[in-house]
Amino acid sequence: MARTLEFRVNGDPRRVPAEPDRPLLGVLRDELGLTGSKYGCGEGQCGACTVLIDGTATRSCVVRLGNVAGKEVTTIEGLESDDGTLHPVQQAFLDCDALQCGYCTPGMIVASAALLAEEPEPTRERIVDALRRNVCRCGTYNRVLDAVALASDRMKGGDR
Amino acid sequence: MSRFHDRSLIEDLEPERYELLPSLARVELDRRDFLRSVGGGLVVLCLLRGSSAQESGRGRRSGQAEEPREVGAWIRIAEDGTISAFTGKVEVGQNARTSLSQAVADELRVPIGSVVIVMGDTDRVPYDRGTFGSRTTPTMAPQLRRAAASARATLVGLAADRWGVDRAEVGVADGRVSHPPSGRSLGFGELTEGRRLVDAIEEEDEPTPPERWQVAGKDAGKVDGRDFVTGRHEYASDISRPGMLRGKVLRPPHYGATLEGIDASNAEAIDGVTVVRDGDFIGVAAPDEATAELALSALRPVWSEPEEGRPSDSSVYDYFKQNPGDIQRRDEPEGGGAGAIDQALGRSDAVVESRYRIAYIAHAPLEPRAAVAEWDGDRLTVWTGTQRPFGVREELIDAFGLSEESVRVVVPDTGSGYGGKHTGEAAIEAARLARASGRPVKLTWTRPEEFTWAYFRPAGVIDARVACRDDGTLTAWQFHNSNSGASGIEPPYAIEARDLGFVRVDSPLRQGSYRALAATANHFARESLIDDLAALIGMDPLAFRLKNLNVDRVRDVLEAAADRFGWGSAEPGPGRGFGLACGMEKGGYVASCAEVAVDEESGRVDVVRAVTAFECGAIVNPLHLHNQVEGAVVQGLGGALFERIRFEGGTILTDRFSRYRLPRFTDLPSIEIVLLDRPDLPSSGAGETPIVAIAPAIGNAIRAATGVRIRSLPLVPEGFRGEG
Repeated sequence: MARTLEFRVNGDPRRVPAEPDRPLLGVLRDELGLTGSKYGCGEGQCGACTVLIDGTATRSCVVRLGNVAGKEVTTIEGLESDDGTLHPVQQAFLDCDALQCGYCTPGMIVASAALLAEEPEPTRERIVDALRRNVCRCGTYNRVLDAVALASDRMKGGDR
Repeated sequence: MSRFHDRSLIEDLEPERYELLPSLARVELDRRDFLRSVGGGLVVLCLLRGSSAQESGRGRRSGQAEEPREVGAWIRIAEDGTISAFTGKVEVGQNARTSLSQAVADELRVPIGSVVIVMGDTDRVPYDRGTFGSRTTPTMAPQLRRAAASARATLVGLAADRWGVDRAEVGVADGRVSHPPSGRSLGFGELTEGRRLVDAIEEEDEPTPPERWQVAGKDAGKVDGRDFVTGRHEYASDISRPGMLRGKVLRPPHYGATLEGIDASNAEAIDGVTVVRDGDFIGVAAPDEATAELALSALRPVWSEPEEGRPSDSSVYDYFKQNPGDIQRRDEPEGGGAGAIDQALGRSDAVVESRYRIAYIAHAPLEPRAAVAEWDGDRLTVWTGTQRPFGVREELIDAFGLSEESVRVVVPDTGSGYGGKHTGEAAIEAARLARASGRPVKLTWTRPEEFTWAYFRPAGVIDARVACRDDGTLTAWQFHNSNSGASGIEPPYAIEARDLGFVRVDSPLRQGSYRALAATANHFARESLIDDLAALIGMDPLAFRLKNLNVDRVRDVLEAAADRFGWGSAEPGPGRGFGLACGMEKGGYVASCAEVAVDEESGRVDVVRAVTAFECGAIVNPLHLHNQVEGAVVQGLGGALFERIRFEGGTILTDRFSRYRLPRFTDLPSIEIVLLDRPDLPSSGAGETPIVAIAPAIGNAIRAATGVRIRSLPLVPEGFRGEG
């Protein structure tokens, strides 16, 4: 039997073929069917593939599978509650209409959720700094900043 | 109101008999295919007239004796009340799905969420040339509006007949048809009573004017936004089919390379790998991406050596001037043309003669080209992200010798295009690999492939001689654009003598459409020249423009932008400068003001503040219009400041994001958008024109800050260097 490697994805233990050098993004998309994380550049420059690894925003296109063994990976699919309630950042992106084509959106939301988990009330400068390696080619940056600020406000209010 | 309004509706028709109907007899016969799958309920087709049939329809049907009656779009109200609208347009982030939903909801008096827009599926929607040229809002929305309005009238008629009441007493609201005097009401689906009702309308029927819009004209969020924030939406690159393989294509090491030989034995020996060779096309299909990559790297190709003397990004401008093709001149007003220019120059006080250089840039859509192809015998289905689903179908028909009926192209809402996804490269590649391997194949271009093998916004050279008198009257305007294009070449100014020309050149790089086409280049040069003339005669740039503008709608946006910016009310601080620019294109009118900060020591240039005013007739959705305009300004910042394709010896050097700088959060100025609503005017598209004024506004601001006129796009790819 082929060797396997285990890690947790969105709360569930998952076992995949042990190919430690394979980029995590391909494993998530092709082995686990989690296509919310996107390929944009393959060199960690655009952030469309951003996931959380043990809570830290990480470029899944440049992280090797071997580095996540035993760890907890959270993807955009894991942010929504089981009852369908959106994460406050997801809801804020909707409410601010902070997207156009939407291809960068999962990565933006995951990176923003990581920021707010670490720093619930970031300044606008701090949000810019945290998202500086996420590209929105449609140019929706201001609305993304507004959405993160709105989510921060709501989370402070005890929404989540 | 429909001109066929009083004719009795035709019920329970077999699809084969559709062409016998009076209004449908003129519909091109193969359009019946769509109706075959429609089912029960009420269907209203919008027929196109000759001119727009040519624009939206298929020009390739030449040699046909009679002009076909094309169907532009249709609406269906199913027996269960579901409202669907069918269009060949696609969604690439411009939010047409939302704006078209608004149009249909408006006419049918239903909430926006009750409407499903079926887009870009060649088996299910009418032919359309593609989603480009800012045409969806001015052409498709009115068609759907007319069809929906006709459907509403039909429902009212059905209800009045059933209840035996005067139709004037029957109203439509909240998705129901009701007769208030008797308290009766029915849902839309119930009214069709299991019948098939088909109606057709002519596109010249008047749609509801903006002042009577209910749903349109107001903010509406992205209709399926939830699918995007949850990651649930499937782009072409996310689609999976049973038994699907992954494909990769062997790319030449440089442009112009031909394959002289290949040893594929090592790749073919890998378990599960199919190697496909078809002329210069070499591709592999494998069970997973890693194996496909392994197989690709195991190929041993021999390529021809690079040709000598290919232009580079620095020599390409000389190449353009040394290899001119035909010049196309604009029709000149009386007294125009090259000879008149010399005369006009003779009676001028200030003359500016300049050459402008525009670099190739990349669209860099965040979703690269991707396709999933699946064969079922001789029938081919391809899911792909493109702005031209029917154009890609044509490419597939040509590539594989298939009939129109045997190819289906499905375009899921796509990870943007900006004019960069008119073609079907990935679709053809995936289909080749799928046919050879006998399995469905997914093929996603890598970022370096997208940068190298897609097409670019054309580079260009603009040579200009322009002049004015001391009182600010524009006298001469000679303006020749080589290679970049003629879009937006027309000045919005009154000028005594004009000579506008576009010179075609064989581009050394593959080039094509880009948001606003050459209007960005032409506006950049024109609005820079205007500022230089104003400076020569010591006139304020705003006053100079206002004196010469002969298009009121440009004047309005210019005044709005200047007003919001506070033009003339404050002096820029040290190292800072203000600039403005204005223009028009594709029914949109735009003006931008910019403030820049230039550190001449370090060369650092920051755009501190940008104001853009935009007007495109009646505003359909302020929330999304604002998003489009702001997005255009942000994208325009990249082309203005630093985006450029560098190339040498047939190789693209800037083939990834770490080598090609894109606008990021850290590049963001303070941006203010002013939207002018003109409910008295038809709506134009807004995806393109808002991009054209930001680059010249920034260039003019840099000149104001430093006294240096920079005559190239991008302006400061390596920072400010004190020279033009």
